[in-house]
Amino acid sequence: MTGAKVEELVIISGKGGTGKTSLTASFAVLAEFPVLADCDVDAADLHLILAPTVRERHEFRSGNEAVIRSADCLGCGKCFELCRFGAVVPGGEGEAYAIDPVACEGCGVCVRFCPAAAIDFPEALCGEWLVSETRCGPMVHARLGVAAENSGKLVSTVRSEARRLANEHGHGLVIVDGPPGIGCPVIASLTGTSQALVVTEPTVSGEHDLERVLKLARHFGIPTSVCVNKWDLNPSMTERIEALALRAGARIAGRIRYDNAVTAAQMLGKAVVETEAPSAGDIRRVWEALGLQGNKEKS
Amino acid sequence: MKVAFTTSGQNLEAPMDARFGRAAGFLIYDTDSDTFEPVDNRQSVNTAQGAGIQATEAIVRHGANCLVTGHCGPNAFRALSAAGIRIYTTQAETVAEALEAFRAGALASIKSADVEGHWS
Amino acid sequence: MILAVASGKGGTGKTTVSVNLARTIGSGVQLLDCDVEEPNAHLFLRGRQTGNEVVSIPIPEVDESLCDACGECGRFCRYHAIVSFGSSPLVFPELCHGCGGCALVCPRGAIREAGRRVGVVETQEVDGITLVLGRLDIGVAMAPPLIRAVKSRMKNNGTTVILDAPPGTSCPVIATLRGSDFVLLVTEPTPFGLHDLQLAVDMVRELTIPFGVVVNRMGIGDDRVHRFCREQGIPILLELPDDRRIAEAYSRGELVVDALPEYHSHFATLLWNIKEIRNGGGRAS
Repeated sequence: MTGAKVEELVIISGKGGTGKTSLTASFAVLAEFPVLADCDVDAADLHLILAPTVRERHEFRSGNEAVIRSADCLGCGKCFELCRFGAVVPGGEGEAYAIDPVACEGCGVCVRFCPAAAIDFPEALCGEWLVSETRCGPMVHARLGVAAENSGKLVSTVRSEARRLANEHGHGLVIVDGPPGIGCPVIASLTGTSQALVVTEPTVSGEHDLERVLKLARHFGIPTSVCVNKWDLNPSMTERIEALALRAGARIAGRIRYDNAVTAAQMLGKAVVETEAPSAGDIRRVWEALGLQGNKEKS
Repeated sequence: MKVAFTTSGQNLEAPMDARFGRAAGFLIYDTDSDTFEPVDNRQSVNTAQGAGIQATEAIVRHGANCLVTGHCGPNAFRALSAAGIRIYTTQAETVAEALEAFRAGALASIKSADVEGHWS
Repeated sequence: MILAVASGKGGTGKTTVSVNLARTIGSGVQLLDCDVEEPNAHLFLRGRQTGNEVVSIPIPEVDESLCDACGECGRFCRYHAIVSFGSSPLVFPELCHGCGGCALVCPRGAIREAGRRVGVVETQEVDGITLVLGRLDIGVAMAPPLIRAVKSRMKNNGTTVILDAPPGTSCPVIATLRGSDFVLLVTEPTPFGLHDLQLAVDMVRELTIPFGVVVNRMGIGDDRVHRFCREQGIPILLELPDDRRIAEAYSRGELVVDALPEYHSHFATLLWNIKEIRNGGGRAS
């Protein structure tokens, strides 16, 4: 049956900058035969470690944008009066109005109610998604256009393409580098996945944001593990965070120590587990703890 | 009676698609005339959000009374229920198998969404 | 002056810069935490709450006695948030963008708008700093309406306003940055830092707001960010070292300028640099 689920691990964080992408890269190396998906579409970094060779490019179109034909504009200001998003820029004395494409949400109200029918409504080109080859396996990634609406649809497209590839070529596992936060891109990354791993850090911010993202994962019924990165920066906070995670019904996948070698690996374009970094062993243990099929270490 | 099957193909041998909202297409089977009509669902596949709702509109336009699919999310469920369409789920591999099971009365109709809503 | 603090990459130090700048400016400053998905500024500036309001967005409500199931509302909606199957229209609140279009097109005037809760806006006073933060309800997908609500609490009284933006370059960040006078982009001197800075620079240029860069954790990588800024004529307005004591203070929820007073001059200089750039008529590009 098409559309059947392949095992999927989504790596999220709540708070940004905790080490999702570094960890995803290491997991990509440790997994036997994965498909990678970079769903952090507005700040994608996984390609900086996995060095993909692009095989396919696809335009991503989503929604529409309003464009006023200035020659036909009466300057009546009806669009300005009706727009809920502050996207209409009034012209000067006797000049045409214009739509700010950054603010326009493509609702079509101005298009419908312009008395001169002077507003076009073309489909918006929002970015592109790509299918590539990497040393770890196929990778699906994307680039959202500047100031495009991150409606979650591009994230969904990347995920579903990754799953389709996995199904077609017999990969057992998709590993998803997720976005920060708890809004639509994260929701689009999480829903229907087999399991999530939250990477956090031992700080008050990490603790606060973890609580919120765990609530989100629970809301969607996703089995979730937590891993504290740079744990030795604040051991007592690490313990608090792990206690919080357990109370919220998550498992503890392990701890990763603070390690300068992580940045050194990034500089060399290598995953941490491809180096002799002290934290590489910690990462391997976290991977083991996730108990996924397609685990190279097991065989 | 018209029954919609979610599928990626054009005929009875085609594989069933487990999804509804983002299914590649439908085969609408007419029990009275024993005929099939393929319906493309590309519009819903490509829509930013509300694919389940748009897919419902598509099968309603083609006069479907029942739907046979793998899973149904909450938005699709609400839309389908409002449109009066009975929803059956199946694990059958092909449309032919699903149709046989449907005719035999072997399929259960669902009373609520059986998967979470999502954007994929 | 409305000063926004943003970055492409998460975890570079936006909140660190925002809260420490606010403390450095001191009394009268307004700090608006626009990262409504994961607000953090209040963890560093703890004061007394002076306001807490629920924020709702308008979603359609159909008066069934007036509705004749013509389906015009469903045909109009670009988001499939309202749909009619020959019965009364169904509303899908989480898909609604609040454009008001369905109510406008309804030939019977059967649609009015009701509020749907998306989160809260809280105000706090901390040693003369006004802190406004938004908290998006868990499961709500869209942040921009709540971000706009946070920004609407801004007072136009000549005091400096600092907007702490969420990470990234898409709609929540745009909603935060629009209307700012100056943007600080915070980054780190690493491959991820540079890559995401380049994305953020493209975004800020699209918005045509003058900007400058703050490089945090100097020394952990190399000079690629500096080279990029030099090539692009982008001013670097502050460099913070990779000081483990800063990381530890941050992890405890302490302000750098309180825990390590020697850093006060860093933030004072940053302020001075921003003012100089603005007076100099936009050397930032």
